[in-house]
Amino acid sequence: MDKDILILGLESSCDETAAAVIKNGRTVLSNVISSQIDIHKEYGGVVPEIASRKHIERINTVIEEALKEADIALKDLDAIGVTYGPGLVGALLVGVAEAKAICFAADIPLVGVHHIEGHVSANYIENPDLEPPFLCLIVSGGHTHLVVVKDYGEFEILGRTRDDAAGEAFDKVARAIGLGYPGGPKIDKLSKEGNPDAIVFPKTKIEDAPYDFSFSGLKSAVLNYINKAKMTNEEFNPADLAASFQKNVVDTLTEKAIHAAKELHIDKVAIAGGVASNSTLRNSMEQACRKEKLHFYHPSPIFCTDNGAMIGVAAYYEFIKGTRHGWDLNAVPNLQLGER
Amino acid sequence: MKILALDSSGLVASAAVIEDDILLAEYTICYKKTHSQTLLPMLDEIRKNIELDMNTIDAIAVSAGPGSFTGLRIGSATAKGLGLALDKPLIAVPTLEAMACNLYDTPGLICPIMDARRRQVYTGIYQFKDHQIQVVRDQAAKGIDELIEEVNALGESAVFLGDGVPVFRSQIEEKVTVPFSFAPVHLNKQKAGAVAALAAIYYKEGKIQTAAEHRPDYLRVSQAERERAERLKKEQEHTK
Repeated sequence: MDKDILILGLESSCDETAAAVIKNGRTVLSNVISSQIDIHKEYGGVVPEIASRKHIERINTVIEEALKEADIALKDLDAIGVTYGPGLVGALLVGVAEAKAICFAADIPLVGVHHIEGHVSANYIENPDLEPPFLCLIVSGGHTHLVVVKDYGEFEILGRTRDDAAGEAFDKVARAIGLGYPGGPKIDKLSKEGNPDAIVFPKTKIEDAPYDFSFSGLKSAVLNYINKAKMTNEEFNPADLAASFQKNVVDTLTEKAIHAAKELHIDKVAIAGGVASNSTLRNSMEQACRKEKLHFYHPSPIFCTDNGAMIGVAAYYEFIKGTRHGWDLNAVPNLQLGER
Repeated sequence: MKILALDSSGLVASAAVIEDDILLAEYTICYKKTHSQTLLPMLDEIRKNIELDMNTIDAIAVSAGPGSFTGLRIGSATAKGLGLALDKPLIAVPTLEAMACNLYDTPGLICPIMDARRRQVYTGIYQFKDHQIQVVRDQAAKGIDELIEEVNALGESAVFLGDGVPVFRSQIEEKVTVPFSFAPVHLNKQKAGAVAALAAIYYKEGKIQTAAEHRPDYLRVSQAERERAERLKKEQEHTK
């Protein structure tokens, strides 16, 4: 048996400071997440400067806890993987500078990781049988992508959002009905009390790009509905509105993912990203996959939110391929998927 | 006693290593590349050239603010990473006091100024007495006119330095009533050697931190916090 490969994964691209230790690319030895969500709630969304400040206050403690929980020392590590994009530049820079300095001082190889590649890789943690190729629907506050994972770290992008990310639409609608930030979990919860067929919102179809998404039209339709109700002093049921809005998003996501899997003859479908923990989306995808006899994979909610484990897993597959980054590694806020 | 020092608070990126009274290496650049791309490669260059065994470093000093928020964090995160990996303490040195140390034993007042935007400067007033640096006015964000009034009121000659000089030169020349000068090119910006020298004094005074507890000293809250505080204040006044 070869020696185990141990990787520390570091994540600071948005409002979670996170570190985790991963063994042989699949086993999570520790997964420490320090969330700033309570701070950003006061502002109705993530404030980049505050996020960056919190990252630098917490990062060493988070790393030290991750090492301690995994019961390993820095010298045991084979590499450190760190998110270098996409994300908030100031937030990314904290993780990148920290990771580089540790690697430099402790003589550890450095592997820069694409944040979305991390989200996709979260699926490997609890599904030991999952290997590429598979189809992956990536949905979060900043991203909506439908991709074919051709091999580890190799993606073919089938479609992406033309405007708002799915999670962004959740946040904006949640704000409009006074639920506050973050919108995803709040809408998911409120929807359970509402009728998803109460209001029919339009679905945006994009000509010539069947796998691209657009949620700004839906968002506007919901906001118009609320404004109209307010102006005419009509009461509306926020739970019905939330459920109807959510159904629209979930149906669109599910339909496109299933359509792509069938057309491309891919029998494995995974979801990833923060919105992948939305219970309605998970149920919808699960049912649709069962109906079409497709294998369905999804990470547990703890691996859907931004975390270090997913970065460590993605870093592992880059590491064994030979990817190494230099001391000039920079944060790339608009890093494209598949870009190196 | 070996100290590694970093400064990325402003336009300059600078790294240095001192051992007692020897400056083993100092590398300073002022160029358009981001500090994230330059600071660690510079340190790597130093390491190679002085055959530095990182484990022989006793403490890591960092210019901790004020300065560019992002620049400060690149320096601080680098220092925190080094401190974590080497299990060594950090020494947080005030940016402006370190800049004043460039002008060791200069008679009169030393006024480093950094452009803080929003029509302010980050500044402090320093003086050497008995070969020791003294803080006359603590570092703060203020208007250039306020600084000039303070300097005039103190009534001593003054030397100005820092990246705020080219921005506020004409105001200084117009309004300062005491004899004044501007520091020359080799001394007028941040230098990690000065950060290290001041850090050695701080270290002797026991002013050290763990890498985990260190954070930059921005001197300013974020724009979002400031606007929120103003909004809450207005709301309170409304309800009165």
